[in-house]
Amino acid sequence: MTLFFLAPFLLAPLLPLLDRWFGNKAGWLIACVPILIGIYYGDLWWSLPAGEERTSVSWAWAPQLGLRLTLMIDGLGLFFVLLITAVGALVSIYASGYLAGHDRLGRFHAYMMFFMGAMLGIVLAGNLLTLYMCWELTSLASFLLIGFDNERREARAAATQALVTTAVGGLCLLAGFVLLGLAADSFELTDVLARKDAIQRHGSYPAIVVLVLIGAFTKSAQFPFHFWLPNAMEAPTPVSAYLHSATMVKAGIFLVARLTPALGGTPLWAGTLTTVGAVTMFVGAYLAFFEHDLKGVLAYLTINVLGTLMMLLGFGTPLAVQAAMVYLVAHALYKGALFLVAGIVDHATGTRDLRKMAGLIRRLPLTGAVALAAALSMAGVAPTFGYVAKEVFLDAVWHAPFVPILLTVVSVVSSILLVAGAGRVGIGPFFGRPTQDECDPPGMTMQVAPLVLAVAGVVTGLAPQTLMGPLLGPALEPIAGEPVKMYLTLWHGVGVPFVLSLVVLAAGIACYIVRGSLQRHLAGSLAVARWGPAKWYEWSLAGLYWVADWQTRMLQPGRLPRYVFVTSSVLLLLTIEEIVLRGGLREHYPGIDVRPHEAFAAVLIPAAALVAAASRSRLASVAALGVVGYGVAWLFSIFSAPDLAATQIVIESLTVILFVLAFARLPKYTLASSPRRRLRDALLAGAVGIVLTLLLLQATHEPHPPPISEWYVEHSVPAAHGRNIVNVILVDFRALDTLGEITVLATAAIGVWMLVRLSAQAPAKREGYE
Amino acid sequence: MKSLILQTATRYLFPLLVLYSVFLLVRGHHEPGGGFIGGLMAAAPIALCALAYDVDVARNLLPLRPIRLLALGLATAAGVSIGALFMGRPLLTGSWVELPMPGGGVLDLGTPLLFDLGIYLVVLGVVTQIIFSLATKSPLHWERDES
Repeated sequence: MTLFFLAPFLLAPLLPLLDRWFGNKAGWLIACVPILIGIYYGDLWWSLPAGEERTSVSWAWAPQLGLRLTLMIDGLGLFFVLLITAVGALVSIYASGYLAGHDRLGRFHAYMMFFMGAMLGIVLAGNLLTLYMCWELTSLASFLLIGFDNERREARAAATQALVTTAVGGLCLLAGFVLLGLAADSFELTDVLARKDAIQRHGSYPAIVVLVLIGAFTKSAQFPFHFWLPNAMEAPTPVSAYLHSATMVKAGIFLVARLTPALGGTPLWAGTLTTVGAVTMFVGAYLAFFEHDLKGVLAYLTINVLGTLMMLLGFGTPLAVQAAMVYLVAHALYKGALFLVAGIVDHATGTRDLRKMAGLIRRLPLTGAVALAAALSMAGVAPTFGYVAKEVFLDAVWHAPFVPILLTVVSVVSSILLVAGAGRVGIGPFFGRPTQDECDPPGMTMQVAPLVLAVAGVVTGLAPQTLMGPLLGPALEPIAGEPVKMYLTLWHGVGVPFVLSLVVLAAGIACYIVRGSLQRHLAGSLAVARWGPAKWYEWSLAGLYWVADWQTRMLQPGRLPRYVFVTSSVLLLLTIEEIVLRGGLREHYPGIDVRPHEAFAAVLIPAAALVAAASRSRLASVAALGVVGYGVAWLFSIFSAPDLAATQIVIESLTVILFVLAFARLPKYTLASSPRRRLRDALLAGAVGIVLTLLLLQATHEPHPPPISEWYVEHSVPAAHGRNIVNVILVDFRALDTLGEITVLATAAIGVWMLVRLSAQAPAKREGYE
Repeated sequence: MKSLILQTATRYLFPLLVLYSVFLLVRGHHEPGGGFIGGLMAAAPIALCALAYDVDVARNLLPLRPIRLLALGLATAAGVSIGALFMGRPLLTGSWVELPMPGGGVLDLGTPLLFDLGIYLVVLGVVTQIIFSLATKSPLHWERDES
């Protein structure tokens, strides 16, 4: 299982090679990978002994943190695995045709494979932290794929927006997972799911729900985080079809479904999901109606469906859960097909503007048929699988556990707009009088995938229970927490759902026919959107940049005096704060026994320091600094620290040599600062000195636990074979610190090297580096 | 500024200082000394040469370029640290061998000495790198940055 989990990550870097050797045929080969993975997991699950629901493997990763690489497969996981691998296989074939001749096609395949690995990780994760890790990997893959055309500014901006939005949600999710893990006392999913009562009684339960749901909402583009998804349409179409409709945006849905047994069943959970889901459902459908970009319409309609799914999961009834999963499959089939069709149309006509397309079916007969079939499924027309899904959906809403009438109205209105949208993307471009004369027919590689998806959408509608039952049944059980009786059929009899369905269809068709005047009349309502969440995102990003800019100019101006000033002030303030918080310093300074030579050093060092600061000659300053240094070395040797003293002396000597080397090049020694600034610096320096002295006096007279140095003295020879404790500490007891220190030293040397190299450039050239 | 006295003195001091730096390095485990001070002490004769003769003379005295010395030292220290992992022990665990010496003494050799050697090389590399950077000949380009 681990091998198959790692396979996509290991194979991804090899795909560019494959692409070089096999060219456009590579897509077919690459498609074998998801197919094999799907077959493996399917076989793994279906060959489990009867009565067992799941199997898992686990690796200790950082067990102290509760982090284990646990993989678990159950009915829900398998359902998503098959969705991911099936669509993944089709899309990689399609992508070979769509991006044929693109010089980075290999890299594209690699990103897609990487994404697939991460996405499979989400649905197979058996540990909260494993899940989180894969969750963030999919965000990363999404960033790379949206920004695939990185020469275009819009693509880069959209990629960043998607990354920032989902990463903010991801961080909330991490916080939620940590709290959840603490509440459940384990990060293993099986434990978490089994400890529902403990979690829901825990004080942090509301925080857990809110944080986890923010994570799910950002990923699944729920209102008010929905704005990134339409912009993500900058990505190449296969990405839109795969990540931003079939799989990645379903990760939030999956997460909610996965955690329902542990977190669900409370008013907070159900209320939030239902409200946000219903609002998203309506907003998505409404905005889609005014969009004219083919992919944009599809993106908004995807938001609509994601909202629907969230809402259904919020109900939590077995019927609603079943409706959610059925709807999810139907959506993956028809929306995948429509996205791929959109790519073909874009390729063939060079435009994605719905107002400029008509009558394409004469040029693209097969594509037109596929689009029609998918649109019918989307509109919920019998006998497609979309019809089955819509019936269950309306049934579930009608039987919603709370405010069923209101929810039914919202759902019906959204569905009407959805039907109109189906007409606009599936029928509008293909019928009527042709507007385009030129049209490049697509190759076979691009035709296969949408055809398969559309045919599947129709065939599964004809025999839903036989074809989808064995897959959907086991998927429902982990969500509902009990075996769910499911029976899907094309003909439900004349009930409320059927009537609602007919109403929706009729109103939707009417809406489609009068779409032009409706759009004109309602266009004013879009003004609200201009102050919507997308604007909030812009504002908060601008604010963040402003703060970052301000604090960098404040703290990192590139001038040494400022750095010293900031560092000393912070040191001073924090120390004073701590002293005040602890109720001040106690005054007991017993007479300190000072010997004459110590007193001499104590006078000499500060005096030399004063000379260094006050002198008008650089040479005198340097010499005075040298006196300070040697004085400190002397102190070290008085207090029996010969290692330190020797090192200090060598350092001082080398510093003198460095000064000599640099002397000729230093500018004229002038007073660079104003008297006021000098006064300020002097006061600050004096204050730091006084506070540290007081602190030191206090520290030496505080009772403290036996110092660790005795332990070192005892263990130095037996454990580390050395009598020089200072050195033993450096190279043995605390060698890790030393390793870090020499790394810093090396980095600093490289820094000096680069700095001198840059300064050595001619001034005109130097501008470019600043 | 070429001083004959300094040049002559450097000729005599150079080997002594180098030897002394090695002495400091190897005695460090038992007596005052060690990689840090040894490395500093090794950089001193190089600096002296740079002053008395020329930077290029000093540069040619080093077996490797400073940046390579630095890399070598860091690699040695890191290698020693990781080495313990391959013997199934925690990072940085020291290993020791006791070699009997003629005359009844025992030479205690361990990986911390190698680690110290890494420190020695890094410090030598850092100091000489800084010295050479500052002493590079092209004072014309060293105009004051007025801003």
